[in-house]
Amino acid sequence: MTPLAFHVARDRAEALSLGAANGARLIGGGTNLVDLLRQNVESASDLVDVSRLAANIQEVDNGALLVGASMKNSALAAHPMVRGRYPMLSRALLAGASAQIRNMATVGGNIMQRTRCPYFYDVDGARCNKRQPDSGCDAMGGFNRYHAILGGSNACVATHPSDMCVALAALAALVHLAGPEGERTVPLAEFHVLPGANPQVETVLRNGEMITAIELPPATPAMTNSEYRKVRDRSSYAFALVSVAAGLEVVEGKIAEARIALGGVAAKPWRATRAEAALRGLPATRANFLAAAEEELTKAQPLEGNAFKVGLARRTIAAVLESLAGERA
Amino acid sequence: MSKLQNAIVGGVRTVLGRVPASWLPGGTPDPIIQKRATLGTQQPRIDGPDKVRGAARFAAEVPMANLLHAAFVHSTVARGKIAELDVSAAEAAPGVALVMTYRNAPKMSVPPAIGITNLKAAGNHTLPVMQDAEIRWNGQAVAVILAETREQAEHAATLVRIRYNAAQSRTRFKDGKKDASTPDSILIERNRVDKGNASKKLAEAAYKIDAVYRTPWQNHNPIEPHAATIAWQDGQLIVHDATQMIHATAGSLAKVFGLKEADVFVSSPFVGGGFGAKGMWDHQILGAAAAKLAGRPVRVMLSRASMHRLVGGRTQTEQRVALGASADGKLTALLHHGYATKPRHSICDEGFSLTGRSLYASASFDIVQHHVDLDLLANSFMRAPGETPGTFAIECAMDELAHQLGMDPVELRRRNVASCDPISGAPHSQSATMTAYDLGAERIGWARRAPAPRARRDGEWLVGMGCAGGTFPFARMPGTSARITLDARGQAHVASAAHEMGMGTATVQRQHAADRLGLPLDSVSVTIGDSRLPFASFAGGSSQTASLGAAISAASGKLAAELLRLAGNDTPLAGLRASDVEFADSGLRSIDEPSRHESFASIFRRSGHKDLSVTGESGPPLEMLKFSMHSTSAIFCQLRVSEVTGEIRIDRLVGAFDCGRILNTKTATSQFKGGMIMGLGMALTEETLLDERSGRIMSTSLADYHVPVHLDVPEIDVLWTDIPDPRTPMGARGIGEIGTTGVAAAVANAVFNATGIRVRDLPITLDKLAFNQTPEKREAISPPEFP
Repeated sequence: MTPLAFHVARDRAEALSLGAANGARLIGGGTNLVDLLRQNVESASDLVDVSRLAANIQEVDNGALLVGASMKNSALAAHPMVRGRYPMLSRALLAGASAQIRNMATVGGNIMQRTRCPYFYDVDGARCNKRQPDSGCDAMGGFNRYHAILGGSNACVATHPSDMCVALAALAALVHLAGPEGERTVPLAEFHVLPGANPQVETVLRNGEMITAIELPPATPAMTNSEYRKVRDRSSYAFALVSVAAGLEVVEGKIAEARIALGGVAAKPWRATRAEAALRGLPATRANFLAAAEEELTKAQPLEGNAFKVGLARRTIAAVLESLAGERA
Repeated sequence: MSKLQNAIVGGVRTVLGRVPASWLPGGTPDPIIQKRATLGTQQPRIDGPDKVRGAARFAAEVPMANLLHAAFVHSTVARGKIAELDVSAAEAAPGVALVMTYRNAPKMSVPPAIGITNLKAAGNHTLPVMQDAEIRWNGQAVAVILAETREQAEHAATLVRIRYNAAQSRTRFKDGKKDASTPDSILIERNRVDKGNASKKLAEAAYKIDAVYRTPWQNHNPIEPHAATIAWQDGQLIVHDATQMIHATAGSLAKVFGLKEADVFVSSPFVGGGFGAKGMWDHQILGAAAAKLAGRPVRVMLSRASMHRLVGGRTQTEQRVALGASADGKLTALLHHGYATKPRHSICDEGFSLTGRSLYASASFDIVQHHVDLDLLANSFMRAPGETPGTFAIECAMDELAHQLGMDPVELRRRNVASCDPISGAPHSQSATMTAYDLGAERIGWARRAPAPRARRDGEWLVGMGCAGGTFPFARMPGTSARITLDARGQAHVASAAHEMGMGTATVQRQHAADRLGLPLDSVSVTIGDSRLPFASFAGGSSQTASLGAAISAASGKLAAELLRLAGNDTPLAGLRASDVEFADSGLRSIDEPSRHESFASIFRRSGHKDLSVTGESGPPLEMLKFSMHSTSAIFCQLRVSEVTGEIRIDRLVGAFDCGRILNTKTATSQFKGGMIMGLGMALTEETLLDERSGRIMSTSLADYHVPVHLDVPEIDVLWTDIPDPRTPMGARGIGEIGTTGVAAAVANAVFNATGIRVRDLPITLDKLAFNQTPEKREAISPPEFP
């Protein structure tokens, strides 16, 4: 880690102005950024602490919730409105990291966290196109068990590690941004981008922009009848091999609304729009769930180390939907 | 050397076979077995309160003025030479006091290698340490930075510029197998065993299993990283270390730096977990060298990544086990062949092939292991080296055989359990393996197990039970000494350079000394943990309790003789010899006439002495060569496997142990449980990710290297037979390592019972279960083709 200066932003304007400096990085809980700095994956001349900015939940007139970007993961998971209306989000948050890390990590930082690909972290000993464009990718032909089966490229097959974002994608949450050119919102599902030839570009965030809030749309029955299931190598403190955030509304035996997003399978939280579309209007049966999951995974391109994820994702999607249908039956 | 060793050990065994047992150590059962007072009870750790308060001082916490902090630069190629080296930016970085590389490192000898003949040797490999430009493994230390703060040192480490001329390296297990070597001996045993024409019996067997089992490289991850605070003072080297080899480290550092042994002081009163890892590796040597160059004391505290690159782990194995049996389940053949990675510069044998030699009375044996020489970090000892991977293979094969026979797996063991050493015929010192099985089976409710796989279900979860045996040999090290000082107030103090890695060494030996000397517990104190104390062998091989116990026992004998001499003739003990008396009620008394007693206080008062100090030593462990001495265990596991995801959840784990007498029920339970949890890690999650293309370890953090978390650990029941071993001090055998053995097999066998799927390749991650391996029509795109 190179020596750096540390600033505490008292308000958004100060954060934006300090953050605009060349070499400046915003820091929330620092649970990922500090690791990246210490391991020399990233460097910064200045850290701007935004953890004292908006950290609350506001309900807006239409019933949507605005979550301040600096809210801690543990606080968001425990919030009664989140637990009551969007159980999948609360469960996704609690499935992530450890209690200590959740107490530090912020919502904005969670969205901005970077892949856990070991080659990305091994600055001295491994090649990584994401860390150093056009240097090569050692995950190809190496350890790629945790890597993408959807939306990968020859340049990069890293996955986004967030659990929270998977639920946010299924909920069609919006990311509120502020920057030198003003404010804008981007759907969470479009905030992260696929690697293509430029895996160093991970989001649509522009220079000098920051995340100020997350907007959770007014709860629908499918958002409330929802769950998050994370499949991993140990019971806690491990990243997802595959995770499923899903919500289901069944009316008179037919699927009125299905919301499905996958984690651990792509460089972004993967909203399973094909599966969702395939299910609309169909009876809520296991066979239909499996077929819809299959539909989503037709484009899967597994690697040597992660072929198992295709079947695992299919079965997990179906099992989660089946359990949601069961609860409403 | 090995052939010579085979001849010597074989010769001694032959002679001892004819010597009456009563002439040997343990010839007469230790009287303490019968008259123990505090041994066998639950006693809290004497170091517990200090540890809870944070007052126990570990190696990286020893305060020292003017201290510098170390960081390491590691090589990024497996073989080759440093072609260019630029340390100027690092040297100019803030706070930096020294950048040490092969160019300026002091001349140092290669440390003497750990072995059975030199108890003052601690070297885990035979390579020179930072003496040349040569690279021998990916991760080797190529520079040490000393700076005023650890952060400054770590920053400067990133500024060292190195270019390597990489050479061809051998880092693939599969390729290395072709040139594998076959050593003459493994530890002190002859490597190849060929008895009773096993291949013929196997071919003729009515029932047979022939399968290959694989265990991965595993890294050590004690909670305390390797650390040392090091200073040179007036030509003397002072090392506050985290080590389970105090005297061996001191002796080795003396050799490395050309010092007299008396000029090296190693202190290690507390170690935050050892498990075999806390021996001497390059960091102590480099830390001492850098401190010498800088002329200032140095603190070395390895990062997890540096630990994984500099401290060896349990090596990879590939084992073929073939069992032949008749219809009644009797083993007619036991074949155990296999490979373990062992770089030529590495000392530690992963003796997996020793496991099958003692457990079962097969009619024939064919056993041998081969070593694969790769350009990798040297191996290390890791909790029950040999038996841990060995029991995985043998005990899974036994389960497979039971299934083939349609026989209960416990019954199969009962029909084959050895009643003496099945190869040499040597008698057991004590063995009650099936008692352990019966205890464990009852506790877990083995009768509820469905014999057929895949027969029990709870929603999406398939439920199964499995069992497996564990084993680990008894060891008592010669040379370990203890000094007992007894004063006129009847207070006894025991001192020895023994080790405390969390097991309760001082706690248990205090109980032992109190019982041995007929004193109340609070009249005894124990000091351990530095090289100025009487010599102690390493804390390894589950040998420390027996070794130190033997030393205290020997010292107590000398103490009795000395007290009788002091007592003179004007005493109720007049005329008695040391063998006629015993310690009782804070004094000595006649064994035959207990009324003839005199208190220590009275003896000291009359003789005018203030105190009395004697030192005793653990003698040659000839009993180990005369008897077959093994602790054994029966591990039972109940678990669930998700049919959706393949995730495994352990519901219950029961370990029943036959380890002789248990000395402290509290510390023993804790140690067994810890061992079993390590076994769970081996079974389900732990694996060093070695990229075989580069020889580089890719799992160098606790996020990437998965040890079990709390949620992975179920309720664990620990039971023991508590039958004393008449050939050992206190009737006890070691308990430190056996807890880990057998666990992985019990889990794998339970997974088979739950699912009908046999996984022979550890760890049992969910992708290895067959339903996750169902070929996808899109799978195996390699190299991948993307749009």
